[in-house]
Amino acid sequence: MIKAIYNFYAEGFRSMTVGRKLWALIIIKLIIIFAVLKLFFFPDFLKSKCQTDDECADLVRQEMLNPDRNY
Amino acid sequence: MNDLMSVVDWSRAQFALTAMVHWLFVPLTIGLSFIVALMETMYFRTKLEKWKKLTKFWMLLFGINFACGVATGIILEFEFGTNWSNYSWFVGDIFGAPLAIEGIFAFFMESTFIAVMFFGWNKVSRGFHLAATWLTAFGVVLSALWILVANAWMQYPAGMEFDPDQMRNVMVNFSDVVFSPVAMNKFFHTVFSGWTLGGVFVVGVACFMLFRKSNREAALMSIKLGGWVGLIGLLLTMYTGDGSAVQVSRYQPMKLAAMEGLYNGQVGQGLIGIGVLNPSKTVDNQEDPMLFSVEIPYGLSVLANHDAKSFVPGINDLLDGYTIVDGNGDTVTDLSYTEKIARGKEAQEALARYHDATAAGDEQTRAEALQVLRDNYRYFGYGYFTEPSQGVPPVALTFYSFRIMVMGGGYLLLFFLAALFCAYKKQNWLDRRWIHWVGILTIPVVWIVSEAGWVVAEVGRQPWVIQDLMPARAAISAIQSSSVQITFWMFVVIFLGLLIADVSILCREISKASKKEILK
Repeated sequence: MIKAIYNFYAEGFRSMTVGRKLWALIIIKLIIIFAVLKLFFFPDFLKSKCQTDDECADLVRQEMLNPDRNY
Repeated sequence: MNDLMSVVDWSRAQFALTAMVHWLFVPLTIGLSFIVALMETMYFRTKLEKWKKLTKFWMLLFGINFACGVATGIILEFEFGTNWSNYSWFVGDIFGAPLAIEGIFAFFMESTFIAVMFFGWNKVSRGFHLAATWLTAFGVVLSALWILVANAWMQYPAGMEFDPDQMRNVMVNFSDVVFSPVAMNKFFHTVFSGWTLGGVFVVGVACFMLFRKSNREAALMSIKLGGWVGLIGLLLTMYTGDGSAVQVSRYQPMKLAAMEGLYNGQVGQGLIGIGVLNPSKTVDNQEDPMLFSVEIPYGLSVLANHDAKSFVPGINDLLDGYTIVDGNGDTVTDLSYTEKIARGKEAQEALARYHDATAAGDEQTRAEALQVLRDNYRYFGYGYFTEPSQGVPPVALTFYSFRIMVMGGGYLLLFFLAALFCAYKKQNWLDRRWIHWVGILTIPVVWIVSEAGWVVAEVGRQPWVIQDLMPARAAISAIQSSSVQITFWMFVVIFLGLLIADVSILCREISKASKKEILK
């Protein structure tokens, strides 16, 4: 069963024409999104400022009750 | 304050850019997956090879668009975590649950069955392949459902309770969130608009084939099927659009007023068919809001409330508050923004008192503060305004986008009727070059119309990120605007590259197909 599924995908990938180009595009895109954008430009803001849920709730409360204070 | 507004504006621009680019791919995926499934159903029923070959051709275009569009939506989730962290925390599991279901279930389903769709020809039975194609189309729609549920909740927050300890809205009723009238209407409106866009794409590409004088039979079959899907999709989009207008009137009246450039409403309010806004009109002056307009009598009252005698409030009515007896003798009333701001501030002060009392262990003050907070929570977001006019969305962008959407919809109705008329009654007209050009040029038009719909929905609800509860300035993270600017321009470059790749691969495959007989 597993072998049949493996062969199904392997043959499918082997016989691709335009699909190869598309897979290359998808992989490049995913690398840019996850290895560049997420890693270097889009950190989780709250996780970098607080450790526990209570700390995060406190931080958000302070921000929301005075949204101009850090600017 | 200036830098705050800069962060807010750049974050908005970045989110708008990402969402609009994402939306270039999504409706075509929705529309084409459905059309491909119908084509394969024709093959399954008739066993005619030409339907199989036609299905394979459109499936290839579907695959290209799917591959280019996949994961562009994930960037929106990154932006939530980085730029909109207060919002992300505040919405808690209400937003997280639908997005998680989308990611785990719907996207997984699409990804699984899409492999069978592309790799399974002659390897699995015809019935299983057809089922995989329909399940892919179903998965695409299911994916859209969860995203739209999350979006609809922002427009009409339902099924939740605010927990001041967690500083989060907690879901108390899942079905109220999923089956809220706004979510259901938005879902169907969006899916049907995807069918419309898919229909235009199929008819337009078929016109390109005819322009190249190739694949006449394939083009004709495509125009017939694409034309029907597009026409039915458009009629259903119009029907659900009517439902949207009623809901906007009920839950987001300021958006409706902006859509119409309406400052002072009345009983039996007319609808502006065509008009030019006065650019110097603001809520603070008495100038006429329109430089020129052609009005349909009672149109807006009918559109908004399905009642010609009903009252439709304008921007000034909403800001000042009103109590009016409408044409049916019913009294309609709403608080002024000044009153809502006061109640919003009361809610925010109660939240601060609740927190202090919790820290001090003062149970009585805590309970009292909680009661005040609950009584005024529906106005919580108004407490961030320093003056009522801050609650008015960008009128011109909303007004003109609404007209582009509606007029474009009218044009598309004529387009589909004409395409089907030619395909069934006047096939020789399909040899005329100008008809080919109309078909080809309508492809970008339908995208403009579709994007304009989202501009109405999203710009019209500004300044709210969550209607009445959280304006954009309270939702934003304490980050530097320069960092948002950098990623904004990075996105411009990345998205441009992606679009060029998508369009060029699509054009190359369509061009290649037009040089051979795809049914042979």
